Amino acid sequence: MNIRLIDIAHARSGDKGDTVNIGLIARDEKDYPVLKKYVTEEKVKSFFGTMVKGRVERFELPNLGALNFLLHGALGGGGTKSLMTDAQGKTFAAAMLRMELEIEETV
Amino acid sequence: MKEQIRIASGQGFWGDLLTAPRVQVTQGPIDYLVMDYLAEVTMSIMQKQKRRNPALGYAKDMIPLIEDILPDCLERKVKIITNGGGVNPHACAGAILDSARKIGIKKLIVGIVTGDDILTRIDELRSDGNAFRNMETGEDVATIADRLSSANVYFGAFPIVEALRRGADIVITGRTTDTGLTLAPMIYEYDWKEDDWDKLAAGTIAGHIMECGGQATGGNFSADWKMVPGLENIGFPITEAYPDGTIVITKHEGTGGLVSRQTVKEQLLYEIGNPNKYITPEVIADFTTIQLSDDGPGRVKMTGVKGRPRTDTYKVSMSFADGYTAVSTLTYTWPDALEKAKAADRILRERLKNLGLEFEEIRTEYVGVNACHDHLAAMPNPVNEVVLRVGVRGKHYESVERFGKEIAPLILTGPPSVTGFAGGRPKPSEVIAFWPALIPKDAVEPSITIEQL
Repeated sequence: MNIRLIDIAHARSGDKGDTVNIGLIARDEKDYPVLKKYVTEEKVKSFFGTMVKGRVERFELPNLGALNFLLHGALGGGGTKSLMTDAQGKTFAAAMLRMELEIEETV
Repeated sequence: MKEQIRIASGQGFWGDLLTAPRVQVTQGPIDYLVMDYLAEVTMSIMQKQKRRNPALGYAKDMIPLIEDILPDCLERKVKIITNGGGVNPHACAGAILDSARKIGIKKLIVGIVTGDDILTRIDELRSDGNAFRNMETGEDVATIADRLSSANVYFGAFPIVEALRRGADIVITGRTTDTGLTLAPMIYEYDWKEDDWDKLAAGTIAGHIMECGGQATGGNFSADWKMVPGLENIGFPITEAYPDGTIVITKHEGTGGLVSRQTVKEQLLYEIGNPNKYITPEVIADFTTIQLSDDGPGRVKMTGVKGRPRTDTYKVSMSFADGYTAVSTLTYTWPDALEKAKAADRILRERLKNLGLEFEEIRTEYVGVNACHDHLAAMPNPVNEVVLRVGVRGKHYESVERFGKEIAPLILTGPPSVTGFAGGRPKPSEVIAFWPALIPKDAVEPSITIEQL
């Protein structure tokens, strides 16, 4: 079954230098295992593709039903160096919620 | 000892909602008002202002704001803590004392925390063996030392605590961590010790929730933004802190916005990096130990927070000049809006090339189509209007300036149905790059002074 990430999660993003930080939070804490199983570092890296030059790191916060992602090299140099409209990565959270997950019915 | 204290966020950044501090002070009980003004780029802007006028270099628009709320703060015994002193906390304190005199206040104690600004001490500190290696690249600061425009150590809560102990009604600091502003009153009121790691971590995380103002109370809320009531009258966050380190996040009754576990979680995860290891000058806080629970309408309780012993270094943020950028926009409409914008971009780039101009980067975006979400965005069909946005970055001012002169000609010498160049030629702006480094805590010493009426 295919589900849209936006239906089971919410998110907020911001910057640290040239790195985007995205907090991804299960709307219902019982869906945290779905996020943990399917929204992997590899999945996020391939989803963003050319938008992320460096690696993707993921941290788990089961206590909040949340994952925290660092997308390195995603802001065109970051700070005042960046020529991007979204130089602070504020809309990367919304971009991530475009993701679709193909999940097993039993999860 | 008080059973609880209420600490209110008044500003989340330099440029925040100017009405928020007055609402926090007058629409319900609080004990402290904290105002965070400093982003990385702010310090460098303030250094520039101070170079032009030695009496400046702080958050100048904070002065009328404090003048407005000061009588109420003194009457209600609300203390103010802010890092709006920027790179000139003494001048900032002087301006506040002048304001207070002007409005007839007879008694006021201002505590000033300095010692964070090490720009003029860099050579001395380097010759003592501090390499200020870039935390991300490992490079020695020698490569940019001659271009530094600011260098500030991030101090924490303890210097503020000292100022409060000396009776300050207002504490003005330079580069203090955002979280330290909120943690300080807890340490002061409850006499928390330097190794009360769990309590220090709880207060630090409360500070993290508070540091972006309305972003914890329904602003920029992704889960369900349409359900947030009364954003026009948003209440900024208030931390209720208890002696055992229990924290309740709330806001004044009657204000707009929303406090829920979801709004608090979004802010908790904002720009935190590794959640197991949130490092401040006081403690290493572990966000994976946070337990949130509902505590009645509009109240979220935080318990269970664990902290670990602090590191023996302070973070230093340095900034340096690193070339110039300019950005300009033109708007194209139907028919063929996107094709026209793309053609204009091609023509522009060809002209820049023919002029022999060199840039480190030229970036083109189609605002309204995919400027933010790039290849993830579905193509609108048809594209009714699109903003062509082109930016350049280069080492040479002249090239970046020349780019600005190539935009307007596109209107009469490029594709049709184009408009929106009312802003004039874009001026080059200086790129401020950052150099994060560490310095041993014993190499710098915060200094606390008191000035009073």
